Order: sequence, then structure tokens, then C-alpha cells
Amino acid sequence: MEVLFAALQAATLALILALLYRPLGDYLARTYTSDRDWRVERGFYRLIGVDPRAEQSWPAYLRGVLAFSLVGLLLVYVLQRAQAVLPYSLGLPAVPEGLAFNTAASFVANTNWQSYSPELTMGYTVQLAGLAVQNFVSAAVGIAVAIALVRGFARHGSPTLGNFWVDLVRGCLRVLLPLAIVGAIVLLAGGVVQNFAGFTEVHTLTGGIQQLPGGPVASQEVIKLLGTNGGGFFNANSAHPFENPTAWTNLFEVVLMLAIPFALPRAFGRIVGSNKQGYAILAVMATLFALSLVALSALEAAGRGTAPELAGGAMEGKETRFGIFGSTLFATTSTLTSTGAVNSMHDSYTALGGMLPMLNMMLGEVAPGGVGSGLYGMLVLAVIAVFIAGLLVGRTPEYLGKKIGPREIKLASLYILVTPTLVLTGTALSFALPGVREDVESTSIWNPGIHGMSEVLYAFTSAANNNGSAFAGLTANTPWFNIALGVAMLLGRFVPIVLVLALAGSLAAQRKVPATAGTLPTHRPQFVGLLIGVTVLVTALTYFPVLTLGPLAEGLN
Amino acid sequence: MSTTRSTLRTHWVALRAMLVLTLVLGVGYTAVVTGIGQFALPAQANGSLVRDADGAVVGSALVGQPFADAEGAPLPEWFQPRPSAAGDGYDGGASSGSNFGPENADLVAAITERQAAVGEADGVQRGEIPADAVTASGSGLDPHISPAYARLQVARVAEARGLPEAEVAALVERFVQGRDAGYLGDPTVNVLRLNLALAEL
Repeated sequence: MEVLFAALQAATLALILALLYRPLGDYLARTYTSDRDWRVERGFYRLIGVDPRAEQSWPAYLRGVLAFSLVGLLLVYVLQRAQAVLPYSLGLPAVPEGLAFNTAASFVANTNWQSYSPELTMGYTVQLAGLAVQNFVSAAVGIAVAIALVRGFARHGSPTLGNFWVDLVRGCLRVLLPLAIVGAIVLLAGGVVQNFAGFTEVHTLTGGIQQLPGGPVASQEVIKLLGTNGGGFFNANSAHPFENPTAWTNLFEVVLMLAIPFALPRAFGRIVGSNKQGYAILAVMATLFALSLVALSALEAAGRGTAPELAGGAMEGKETRFGIFGSTLFATTSTLTSTGAVNSMHDSYTALGGMLPMLNMMLGEVAPGGVGSGLYGMLVLAVIAVFIAGLLVGRTPEYLGKKIGPREIKLASLYILVTPTLVLTGTALSFALPGVREDVESTSIWNPGIHGMSEVLYAFTSAANNNGSAFAGLTANTPWFNIALGVAMLLGRFVPIVLVLALAGSLAAQRKVPATAGTLPTHRPQFVGLLIGVTVLVTALTYFPVLTLGPLAEGLN
Repeated sequence: MSTTRSTLRTHWVALRAMLVLTLVLGVGYTAVVTGIGQFALPAQANGSLVRDADGAVVGSALVGQPFADAEGAPLPEWFQPRPSAAGDGYDGGASSGSNFGPENADLVAAITERQAAVGEADGVQRGEIPADAVTASGSGLDPHISPAYARLQVARVAEARGLPEAEVAALVERFVQGRDAGYLGDPTVNVLRLNLALAEL
């Protein structure tokens, strides 16, 4: 019976996403190709002083992305440092420098790693004017970069990729804001709170005193999921009943995380002029998602390990209303997108179950991945896949009418090297640097033994891939983790963006190569299989050794 | 235009864009959603508060609360919620799971201890105790227990209150909440609502 209910829930999710695929994908494609501005947008462009019809070369587009993100970083930092004088701060003091840097980097990089406990650290003004705003704009930046890459494939002999400011504003005003308002109302109806009441003291049934938290939660919850950000209003994130009150809001929140990432392949297909190309990318994403979901659900339902077997089920860190499958569905979604929200504590998962979220992130978060970042990550892997296929048959590889030459393949190769380098270096340094190692082992690690090493590996995997979930026993509010993870998040976000925009510029400048009998068709099952293989192989070869030291060792013990 | 001037100009545009977007997406959007919540859905927006027969607020239907004495010892006359890792237990200001890993010796010891305590209080064998009774939830504020754990507590609660067991058992069945839409999530019992009804028997 349990399996049947789980299958029905998964089928409901698949149906909703299938119904959204075409309308939302087409809407996204129209949003980013239309040459008509809304009136409110024209006012906006006048205010900020840009000409919406001015096309940008890839370096100019990149400068816009970097300047906007730098300003965002500074603003979130300053808001936290000035918290003591801001209204609605619940009497909380300024956030310390190291933590403020880590948090600013985290939210600007669409990661939402949280080294802090929100109830005890962030007042309402920082949450809504700093963190929630970044939840919108960092998501809009991700989609903009993905669209710029798609334009690289769609344009021929073009020196430009579009206008970053237009893509940013349209992403915020036409896509994210309307969906967020509708989503917030749905969550409100389900019981998510939205007020400015602070903590309310109530006398419980037995005469004790309980503090009930308040806050503008619904407005932030919806955009944290829709923009695949993941930063919780409360410490327990989406396990908290005021963030995720029921089993149906749980499914709705999963839909919010997946809606845009799964619709973007459609927008891609539309813009390059072949819906079949979109379906091929969608098929790769959906297959990997389904496999990962089944694996994690089976592992948690089996409940192997000393504590789960003693208790009679892997319910430590899971909420009764979601059950095992509501938890594994959310965990799979959160780590295969770049969200990183949690509705159950991954640290308490079975050893092999806890490895799955890590593996999901290590895949590069491409199935379907974060808003925008998932699509550009998958398209880079597609470039690698056609290159490998080209090597096998001895032909110059092409993708969507563009030659994949030495420059393109260098950029794609550098792209897939960035996050593994950050993850493995960061984890290794945590145990190799004298002084740091003692601090990591005595202060940060929560669970002893092998599991403690998994906590550190998880942290760097999450930061470098801009996920934000954690093996949350780890105490990350230390100088080492605040700085190292902050740097990993920024490099893990912006180095790939530089490479993707360079790739986009190089593709846009090319003329179209006519397809011949020898061209590899990239919309057939053969290519879908090849791309799945490349995605899994790149990940497995990179990370297998370190996984054997952590979760594999613990799980097979 | 020189590179320096162009870079400066780009940052000036970025700063203005960030400020306008902060006003629209931070302040404006939050105000709109708060307005909708407070006017159209005030009960939910303010925390789904639960009142007793006299109209006094006793908690939230969504947030679990302890049914223990000042020392934290469970009171036998109330249905007990799950163990909690939020502060000293069900601390609404410090939501948290235990984050203990599956092989953590402290967790194994805690589960063993909880099983012994439940076994003694309710007179059942270890194997009959459902997992949710001996594990802490992710939030530490889980308002629910499984129907199995609620049924297991019926005899103890009835005896402590001097009520007929059948009456308490019938009450529990009334408070068993099925899966959402018949198939989403797990069946639950809301401990606060059940105990509130129990107090009025």
C-alpha cells in the first residue's frame, strides 16, 4: 500500500509538471524573445538609465551580471551589519562580519547556505529587504545566463547576446513576481504564516509557556522554492510547520521547485526552433530524476543502520505528516535542483540514503537543476557529449548547427572542472591545514567517526554547487567555514557563469553549419542515452574515491 | 568611453537597479502578501491558533507542545507527542532536529531509553512501539503522532483519568486524520487537538 501511495504522489507530480511544460515553457520563451516592453518596465529602464534596445556583447553582458551581483553582495552585507538600527529587527544585534560575509555570498550566489539559526539571528527587515530580494534576483540572473547561452545557439554570425538588464527585469517582473504572489496565497491557505508579530507567548494546555514565532514567512517561502534558493525563514527550514504545514503543501512546494527548471527545456527548444531538442533535454533530466527518487525512497523505506533498525524505521529527523516518501521526494527535488531547502534532516538519513542527496549535487544539479543554472549546466554536458560522439566516429562535432571546436570544448571542460576542484580542495584542506583540522574536529563536526567526514564533504559539495542544504549537525559558523564556504559559493557560481557566457559569445558569432548525413541527431533516444551516460560518468569518476571514504564506508560497514 | 568609465557606469546602473528592485520585490511584494494574508486569511496568517472552551489561546494547531511537568517528565494523563530536539523540547524559538547520524551512539542510547520509558508507561513490548514514538522530528515541533502511537497510549491515559478505555479509544479514532486527498503523506493524529478534546470529556 505504501508503495502505491508513493507512486500515486509521484504520478500526480509528473502530471502537474507535464501540464505546465508547454504553457510555462512557451511563456518563458516569449518573455525573453519579445521586443515589446511593458509600460512599467520602460519606467524602470529610465530610472536605472539603460536603453532596452541596446544589444550587449558577451563581455558587456557578463559585466552587467558581475556588477549587479557585487552590488547585491555589498547591500546584503551592509543590511546585516546595520541590523541593530533597522525596524522590525526583533531586538537582534548586528550580524558578525564573518557570518555576514558568508550569508551575503550565499544569497547572491543562489545558494542559501545558512551558517546561522534564523530565529536567533535575522530580523524581519534583513529577511525581506536583503534575503528575499536576492531570492528573486539571483534566480533571475540564473535564467538570464541560461537564455544568453540559448541565444548563442539560436543566433548566427551575431556579435551580441541580448541585454542583461532587460533579461533581469523581465525575469523578475514577468516570471517570478506573478508566480510568487499566486504561490504565496496558496501557501497562506495551507497555514503558512504571514505577519509582523514577532514571537507570541502562549500558555499551553498544561500551563507551560511556549513561544510561537511569526514573520513574513509565506512571501519568502514561495520565492525560496520558486527561485531554487532554499534559505529557510526558520532553522528547521521546510520541516517547520509554519513553512510547510501539510502533506499537500509539501507536494505544492515540490512543484514550486521544479516548475521553472523543468519548463526551461521547452523555452530552449522554442528559441532554437526545434521543440524536439527541448524534449531530448527534458528526457535526460526526467530520467535521472526518476532514478534518483526511486533509489533514495527505497533506501529510506528499507531503513538500514543501527539506529533506524532499533527504532523500527528511519523516522529520526522526519515529520509525521510527510512520512518517508514525502521526505525523500522533497530531498531529491531539493538536491537535484539547486534549492537546498529541507523538510527532513539529511544528517539523520540512513548512510546510503544520505549519500543520494550528495550524489544529486555532485551530478552538477542538472536534473533539472536550478532555475537557469540547470539548463546551462545540461547544455554544457551536451556539448561534451557531442564531442565524445564526434571522437568515436572521427568527425568534427556539431550541436544545433554549431561547430564544437577547440575553444568551445576548452570552455566546456573548464566548466565541469570548477565544482569538483572546489569540493575536493575544500574538503581536503579542512582536514589538512594545521589549526583548521583541530577546529573542524572539535568545534564543527557533530557526529563522530566517518559520518563527521561526510558532514564536511556535504558542506563543500553543497556550497560549490550552490545548493545550500546541509548535514546540518555541522557547526559552520566558524571563521574557517564562513570564509571557505563563502569563497566556494562565489567561485562555484560566477566562474561557471563567466565560462558559459564566453561559450555563448563564441557560439553566437559562428555561422550555421548545414546538417549532413553524418551529423549526430541530438533529439533521438540514442543521444538522450549518451547524455545520461556522460552526466553520470563525469560525476562518478570524479567523486567515487571520496564517497568511499564517507557514506559508502559507513553504509557498507 | 574608457574602460574605467564604462565599469563605473555599469556599477551605477547596477546600484540603481538593485535599489528599485529592493523596493518592489522586498517591500512592495511583502506588503501585498501580508495584506492579502491579514485580510483574506487571517486565521492562517497569524498561526492557526487553537483556543480552549473558555476562549483562551492554548497554542497553534500546527506546532507541537510538550505535555510534561516542570522537570520534563511526561504526564501520564495526556497523550504524549514525539521526542523533540527543539531547545529543551518543543521550543518555538529554536526549531531543530537532532541531526544525529544513523550510527551515532548517543542516538542509539536515546532510542533504547525512550523505548524502555514508553514500554514501562504503556505496558508494551519494544517491538510494538512505532518508530515515531522514539525518534525526534526534523523541526522538533511536529504536532502529530502516528495513529499507532496514539492507540498505544489509550489504556494509560484512560487509567490516569479514570475514564472508560472505550471512550478514550473512540476519541482517538475521531482524531485520526487520513492522508491528504486520500494518498498524500501519512495518516496522523494532532496531539494538541486530541488532548484538548480529552480535557473536555
